[in-house]
Amino acid sequence: MSSSCKPDGAEADQMRLECEAPLLEVRGLVKRFGALVVTDQVSLSVRPGELHALIGPNGAGKSCLIGQISGELRPDEGEVHFRGQRVDDLAVPERARRGLARAYQVPRLFGSLTPAANAAVAEISRVRSGFRFWRRAATDPALAAAARIALDRVGLGRALAPDPADTGAVRPASLLAHGDKRLLELAMGFASDPALLLLDEPLAGLGPADSAAMVALLRSLKGRYGILLVEHDVEAVFALADRISVLVGGRVIASGPAAQIRTDPRVRAAYLGESE
Amino acid sequence: MQPESNLASRRLAIALGLLLAIALVVPLLGQPYYTRLVARMAIFGIAALSLDLLVGYAGLVSFGHAAFFGIGVYCAGLLPMLGVQQVWVIVPVAMLVAGLYGALSGLISLRASGLYFIFITLAFAEIVFYIAQGLRMLGGDDGFRLPAPTLLPGGASLANPVVLAYTMLGALVLAVWFARRLSESHFGQVVVAARDNETRLRAMGLSAYPYRLVLYTIASALCALAGVGFANLVEYASPASMSWIVSGEFLFMVILGSAATIIGPVLGAVVFVGLEQILSALTEHWLFWLGIILVLRVLLLRQGLYGLLTGRGQR
Amino acid sequence: MTGGLVLEQAFNGLQFGMILFLMAVGVTLAFGVMNLINLAHGSMLMLGAYFIAAAATKITAYPLAFVAALMLTAVASVLLEVLVMRPLYRMGHLDQVLATFGVSIAVNEAVIMIWGREAMFVAPPEWLDGTVALTDTISYPLYRLAITGVAALAGLALWLLLARTRLGMRIRAGAENGDIVGALGVNVRLLFIGVFVISSLLAALGGVMLGPLIAVQSGMGDPLLILALAVVVIGGVGSLKGALVASLAVGLLDTFGRMIWPHLMGNIIGNIVANASVYILMALVIAVRPSGLFGNHAA
Ligand SMILES: Nc1ncnc2c1ncn2[C@@H]1O[C@H](COP(=O)(O)OP(=O)(O)OP(=O)(O)O)[C@@H](O)[C@H]1O
Ligand SMILES: [Mg+2]
Repeated sequence: MSSSCKPDGAEADQMRLECEAPLLEVRGLVKRFGALVVTDQVSLSVRPGELHALIGPNGAGKSCLIGQISGELRPDEGEVHFRGQRVDDLAVPERARRGLARAYQVPRLFGSLTPAANAAVAEISRVRSGFRFWRRAATDPALAAAARIALDRVGLGRALAPDPADTGAVRPASLLAHGDKRLLELAMGFASDPALLLLDEPLAGLGPADSAAMVALLRSLKGRYGILLVEHDVEAVFALADRISVLVGGRVIASGPAAQIRTDPRVRAAYLGESE
Repeated sequence: MQPESNLASRRLAIALGLLLAIALVVPLLGQPYYTRLVARMAIFGIAALSLDLLVGYAGLVSFGHAAFFGIGVYCAGLLPMLGVQQVWVIVPVAMLVAGLYGALSGLISLRASGLYFIFITLAFAEIVFYIAQGLRMLGGDDGFRLPAPTLLPGGASLANPVVLAYTMLGALVLAVWFARRLSESHFGQVVVAARDNETRLRAMGLSAYPYRLVLYTIASALCALAGVGFANLVEYASPASMSWIVSGEFLFMVILGSAATIIGPVLGAVVFVGLEQILSALTEHWLFWLGIILVLRVLLLRQGLYGLLTGRGQR
Repeated sequence: MTGGLVLEQAFNGLQFGMILFLMAVGVTLAFGVMNLINLAHGSMLMLGAYFIAAAATKITAYPLAFVAALMLTAVASVLLEVLVMRPLYRMGHLDQVLATFGVSIAVNEAVIMIWGREAMFVAPPEWLDGTVALTDTISYPLYRLAITGVAALAGLALWLLLARTRLGMRIRAGAENGDIVGALGVNVRLLFIGVFVISSLLAALGGVMLGPLIAVQSGMGDPLLILALAVVVIGGVGSLKGALVASLAVGLLDTFGRMIWPHLMGNIIGNIVANASVYILMALVIAVRPSGLFGNHAA
C-alpha cells in the first residue's frame, strides 16, 4: 500500500494523515483453517489518529483478522508491523504493552469486580504495579483517579464509579446492563492509553439510544487514537471512518475514503447491495 | 468485592468474635482433648485458607495441596534429628522447602489449565508422597515418631497442647490478616482478574502466569506452616499426611465454608474437624457419613457456610 | 537380566497397561461426553472385585459369578448416575471433584460396613490355573495371559461399539463436542446413563479380573484410579487413542521401571523413582504439551 503524498485538493488534516508513517501495517496476511482460507493476502494500514473501518458480511473473516493483529491467532503467512517494528512473534501481552489494545465483539470483563476495579486493573497493568503485595487496591488514590478518568472517558464515571456514601450501589461488572458492559469494554480498551485500538463491533446488540451514544463517543475519541473499527452498521461506519476497507471471503476487495467506497460498484454488488 | 449488607457483616463479625473467644478460653479449661481440638481446628484453618488463595481467588483447583502440608510435617520431624528444635528455624525452613517445591512444580503445572491442572497437581503431590514412602530409614509407609517437639523462643514446647493451641491460633490470626491484605493488594486484584477473564488481562498487557506462580509459591509455603503445627499435634510424621485424601479434605474445607472469602474456609475447617470428631464418636463408620455429607454439600448447600451466615450467595 | 525375564516383564507390563486402559477409557469417556471428572471411578473397580469375591462364595461356576459381579456393578452404577452424577454434569470441575471424592470415601467405607475390614481373597477359576511355556525355561501363568486377552477383547468390543454402531457414533460425537449430542436429537439422558454404565463396567471388569491377583480391600481402586488419571492426562483428555497408547506406555514403564531403576540408582532412590516415574513422565509431557499427547480439548 503506497502512502505517497498528494497535496492537491486534500485538507491539511487529511494530508497529515497520509504523509505520516503508518502506525499499523499488515502485509500479505494469510490464515487457513484446513481448507478454509479465512484471511487471504490481506494488506492494510492504520495511520496515527486515523479511524480505519473494516466492513464485510458475516463470516468474512473480520474477527480473525483482528485476532491476528492482536496476536491471539497466528497467521500462516504475512507480516504485522506496529510502530515500525515487526510484531509477528510477540505474544498478546507484549503487543499490548507496546500500545496495541483491543476491545472484543463479546465484552470480556472481570465479572466479579466493580467497573471501577476493572479499570483499576487496567491502570495496574499500565504502571506495572501488579507485584505490589501490600498496597490496597480499593483505597489507592492513584488507582481510583485513573479509574475515574477511564470511566469518564466513556461516560460511565458518574454512574458507576464507587460512591463513598453508598457502597451498596456498586455492582460487579457481570451484573451490568448490556449497553454499560459495552461501554466498559471500550473503557478497558482505552484505559491503557494505547496508540492503536482494535474495536470489534462495538455497536452489536445495542438499542438505538445506546447505539447513538456509542457513535457520539467514538466520534469524540477519534483523532486521539488510531482505531481499526470492525462494524456492521454501515451508516455508523460512513459517519465515522476516515478510510474504509471491505473484506469479503477473507479478501480486501476495496479500500479507500468513504465516498469512494460508497460508490464502488464491486462493493455495492458484494456487500452494500444486500444491506441497503 | 460484592456488596455486603451491614447487618450481614455484623452477624459475621459477632459469630467470628464468639468463635475466637471460645477458642481462646477452651485451652484454659485444662481439658487436653478440647485443647488439642482447638489446635487442630487452627492448623486446618491455616491449611484451608492457604488453599483458598488458589481455589477461591485464582480459580486454580489444586488437588495436591497436601504435599506442602506434608513437607511441613516432615521438616518438623527431620530437623530435630539434626538437633534443631527452634521454631524460628523450623518454620522458615519448612516454608522455604515447600515454597521451593511449589515454585518448581508450579512452573510446570501452571502451564496446564482446568482438568489438566487438577490432575497435574495431584501428580506432583504423589511424587512427594512416594519420596516420603520410599525413605525407609524414616519408616517408609509407616512414618516415624517425632524425636523432639518444636520449641518456641524461651523454651516453651509445642508438645504442650496449651502452648500449641495458642501458637496455632496466633498463627491463624496472622495468616488470615496476611491473606486478606494480599487478596486486596494490587497483586490480589490481578490474580482475581486473571481468574475472571484471562483473555482480557492478556489483551491489557499482563500475562497471568507469573502472578499465578508467585501466588502458588506463597500458598505452598503457608500450608507448610500448618504442617509444622500438625506434626507437633500428632507427634508423628508419615506419608499419610500428604495423601490425596488429605488434599481432597482440604478442598472440602474450602468449599464447605465457601471459596474466595478467606474466613469461609477457616470456618469450613472448624466445622470439618468438628464433624470428624462428632461422627467418629457416634459411629465406627464415620467416613461413610462424611462422604455422604460431602456429596450433599455439593448437591444441596450451594453457597457454603459463609453464605449461610452472611446471607450472601457464592459466585 | 536375561531375555526370558524381559519377556516375562513385558507380558506383565502389557497386562498392567491393559487394566489401566480399562480404567482410563472410562475416565476419558465420562469427561468427553458428560464433561464429568469422576474420582469415584476407582470405587467401580473395587466394587467389581468385591462382587466377584462375594459371588464366588455363593456361586461355584466361575463364569456365572463373573456375570453376576458385572451385573451387580451395572445396577450400582445406574443408581449412582441417577442419584449423584446427573446433577453434577452441569456443575463446575471443583464441585465434581468434591462430590465424586465424597462418593469414593463413602463407597470405600460402605464395603467395610458390608464385608468387614479384613481383605478378601478370590481364587482364580481352576481351568485357568496352569502356566504357559514362553520359552524352554520361562513359563507364564495362564490366568495373567487371560486377563490381558479379556482386557484386549473388551477394548476391541468398545472400539467396535464406538466405530460401528449408531450409539457409538453418538458417543464419539459427544466426546468430541458435547453440544452436538443435544443437536442430534438424541435422548441425552439415556445416552449419559449408557456411557456411565459402560465406563463403570470396564473399570469393574478390571476389578473382577484383578481379584485373584491382589488383596480385595477397601480403597484398592484408588491407586489405580490415580494412575489412570495420569494416563488420561498423558494421552490427552477425550482421546481414546491417547488413552490406549499412554496406558501401554505407563504399564510398561512402571513394570520395567521397578526392575531397572533400583538397579541403576540403588535401592532407595531407585524405588522412589520407580514409584514416581509415571508422575514424572506426566510432568514432562505437560511441560512440553499442556494438553497431553493426543489432546486438543480445551479442558
Ligand atoms: N478456530 C476456527 N476454526 C475453523 N474455522 C474458524 C475458526 N474461527 C473462525 N472460523 C471461520 O472463519 C470464518 C471467519 O470468521 P470471523 O469470526 O473472522 O468472521 P467475522 O467476519 O468476524 O464474522 P461476524 O461478522 O459474524 O463477526 C468463519 O467462516 C468462521 O466459521
Ligand atoms: Mg466477528
